[in-house]
Amino acid sequence: MSEFRRQIEQAIPALRRYGRALTRNAETADEIVQDTLVRALRSEHLFRGGDVRAWLYTILINVNRNRLRSLSRRPVLASISETDAVTGSVELDGRDIARALDELAEEPRAALLLVVLEGLSYREVAEIQGVPIGTVMSRLARARTQIKSFLDGERPPLRRVK
Amino acid sequence: MNDRAPIVSEDELHAYVDGELPAERRGPVEAWLATHPDDAARVSAWRSQADLIRARYGAIAQEPPPRDLDVSRLLRRRWIGRAAVAAAAAAIVFFAGGFAGWIARGAEVSPRSDLRRFTTDALDAYRLYVVEVRHPVEVPGDQRPHLVQWLSKRVGSPVRAPELDKLGLKLVGGRLLPGPTGATAFFMYEAPSGERFTLYCGHTHDPASALRYIASDRNAAYYWVDGNLFYVLSGPAERERLHAIAQAAYEQIDAHTPPQGG
Repeated sequence: MSEFRRQIEQAIPALRRYGRALTRNAETADEIVQDTLVRALRSEHLFRGGDVRAWLYTILINVNRNRLRSLSRRPVLASISETDAVTGSVELDGRDIARALDELAEEPRAALLLVVLEGLSYREVAEIQGVPIGTVMSRLARARTQIKSFLDGERPPLRRVK
Repeated sequence: MNDRAPIVSEDELHAYVDGELPAERRGPVEAWLATHPDDAARVSAWRSQADLIRARYGAIAQEPPPRDLDVSRLLRRRWIGRAAVAAAAAAIVFFAGGFAGWIARGAEVSPRSDLRRFTTDALDAYRLYVVEVRHPVEVPGDQRPHLVQWLSKRVGSPVRAPELDKLGLKLVGGRLLPGPTGATAFFMYEAPSGERFTLYCGHTHDPASALRYIASDRNAAYYWVDGNLFYVLSGPAERERLHAIAQAAYEQIDAHTPPQGG
């Protein structure tokens, strides 16, 4: 197996983890990971060496964005689609953080998860999202502020530890 | 506190949490946090958010990936090897930087996708014909070569009626239907229990895609695009069974699709 394919193979577990957190739905996550792999493998002839992993995240984010766009464009399909991330099977445990992630806009969520879950640097995230580092920072700030107020507001008074 | 930079910005707090802070700023930021409880509380809230996220999703990376994501398996599907990308794109060296823009275009879904019309029509046809007792098909399954030849001619591309006997499905037969893009082939299969499954297939300009699931009430379908044909395999909404059947159909059809130049 070529170096390119080997790198792709090694990235699959992390892509599944990221896809799952991004969509909060196991089926949808594996679908977008599969699309990502197909697109990446198809482009092997363009490979010039380097880090395949960051590039895979870029593809995955685009695949997911297209999915969301086509869901919003096709209300009829969305209403009967079983893989709809919003009404689909969001797992029951760890519900608070999953629901907090649900509340975020797509870009801040994607940025936050790349940093805290995937351990990428600000520079890598900037490259993946195609924006300056300053924009990555403001996305992180937005995501964290929103999650904090969601979790603070969600927690019933009895569980508040003081 | 440090007299060189007495103020700590919010960006620095994030960088501190994420391990992105330059070493020489760590001391000043920690000193700042010791005297600014509000900022210290924010930093600790952000850390616990990150812990929650990792606790919730981290373990997924330890699971063995499902078979559908196996690289060798994906590579065996011939359409990956096709030159799906225009020659012009080959000139772009995306690893040198700026690859995001290229991918953003490359990964675009066509706004004129046939997806909704195909899946809707296929499920309608399924509902209409599976309940038919006396005339479910126009040409019966025992005339398979004639059926396939006739439908290929009308659709204008070679269509296939996959062999699903190993899954306990017998070809009942097929018929010609009007579809979103013209003549459409429709094959019906039946299990010994009487359950029926249909395969609906017509022309599309949509790009090749993997198996996708769609459910509507008691019925469901897997759909995909291979070559210039859109396929929808419909049946009762029993996902695992439907997936096994769709996968078998998909693999047989894929193995016979001629490569296309790109």
